[in-house]
Amino acid sequence: MRYGDILEAIGETPLVGLPAMSPKPGVRLWGKLEGQNPSGSLKDRIAKRMIQAALASGELTGKRTILEPTSGNTGIALAMVARRMGYRLTVVIPDNAGEERIRLLELFGAEVVYSPGDKGTNGSIEVARALARDDRYYMPFQYGNPANPLAHYEGTGAEIVRDLPEVTHFVAGLGTGGTLTGVGRRLHEHDPGVKVIAAEPELGEMVYGLRSLDEGFIPPIFDQSVLDRKFLVNSSDSLRATRELTEKEGIFAGISSGAVVSVAQRIAAEIERGDIVCLLPDGGWKYLSTEAWASELERAEKSVSETLWW
Amino acid sequence: MSVRVKLPTILRKHAGGEALVDAEGATLRDLLSNLESRYPGITKNIVADDGGLHRFINVYVNDEDVRYLGALETSVNEGDTVSILPAVAGGRAQAADPEDPGCVPEQRPPHQGEIVRTTS
Repeated sequence: MRYGDILEAIGETPLVGLPAMSPKPGVRLWGKLEGQNPSGSLKDRIAKRMIQAALASGELTGKRTILEPTSGNTGIALAMVARRMGYRLTVVIPDNAGEERIRLLELFGAEVVYSPGDKGTNGSIEVARALARDDRYYMPFQYGNPANPLAHYEGTGAEIVRDLPEVTHFVAGLGTGGTLTGVGRRLHEHDPGVKVIAAEPELGEMVYGLRSLDEGFIPPIFDQSVLDRKFLVNSSDSLRATRELTEKEGIFAGISSGAVVSVAQRIAAEIERGDIVCLLPDGGWKYLSTEAWASELERAEKSVSETLWW
Repeated sequence: MSVRVKLPTILRKHAGGEALVDAEGATLRDLLSNLESRYPGITKNIVADDGGLHRFINVYVNDEDVRYLGALETSVNEGDTVSILPAVAGGRAQAADPEDPGCVPEQRPPHQGEIVRTTS
């Protein structure tokens, strides 16, 4: 395939069968390898879309710096897009984010601002919002930007429909809700019977502990009505499935991919026939320092539970 | 049915600091009533005024979100685990304004030390 520049090479990711991961022959599992995007994650799709939209609307000009709260992948994707298009970028990231993410951000020339790790994503949003009151910043805000689910509706979802029209289930992680909303809507248009299922990370005690019960947040772009089911997944089960992907399929994916596959396996155990598409957000590269693939599972589990892997 | 209930940190004070308690009920609604009778005040932020689940609370039966099952009418069986967790994924509730996602109602600059460290 030939492209004019790196941004044109975003999307059109492979959908690969996972023959060894399904508990029964009638149910096929498929992985959409979003780690094959240029900067290494599905976020390339939304970064490009959000920046294009901002340029078209005039919200982003040469005088403004792009600013975004992110646990890493969106920041890295925005950094690549910003580099290619010639814009400055400041990223707010929790200070317990993996070192690979921070290194990538820095080498792409992003300014990195840290928020308290124990406040998780909420903390980075809080800090970014305070900074964004200064008009020299433009914040795409992936949690509220309709270009996010649109990128998935027109890209990720359309690709799945084209490549696997017989899809019966779609499983993706719940972060901003963009993938589930965009792909979910596209799949339901194609076949209202497709089940759209969310894998939700069970975060550490610290992140939950600081939450008062009226400080919850539902991302504005997340259309909850698109979901058929939602499952909580802990870091242990996510890790087990991530390692299984490497051991049985030769696939080197990130830990949130394991969370998704773990839910897909639970669904597969309940049905007789089906084609379950698992959205695998990124490759395993950024998680090597978490020791997720350490030979002792206990050591891997402990290390992963202390890291921000979502 | 005797069911294990995992409480979020913020509610443990109602149960004497316990993270895991037992409760009984055939449906989630019954179970929450039972929980309330054992630990008064505990369900104030779980069940909303209209009798439904509070918007920013997630309840799971065996790790499945009940909003996509029967909500408060979801049946619970002996040996099930019910988890109660706050909905997390973003900033303050009132700031979820689609018109102006960058706006924060309580405008304040970052406190000294809130930005832990910066690199350029």
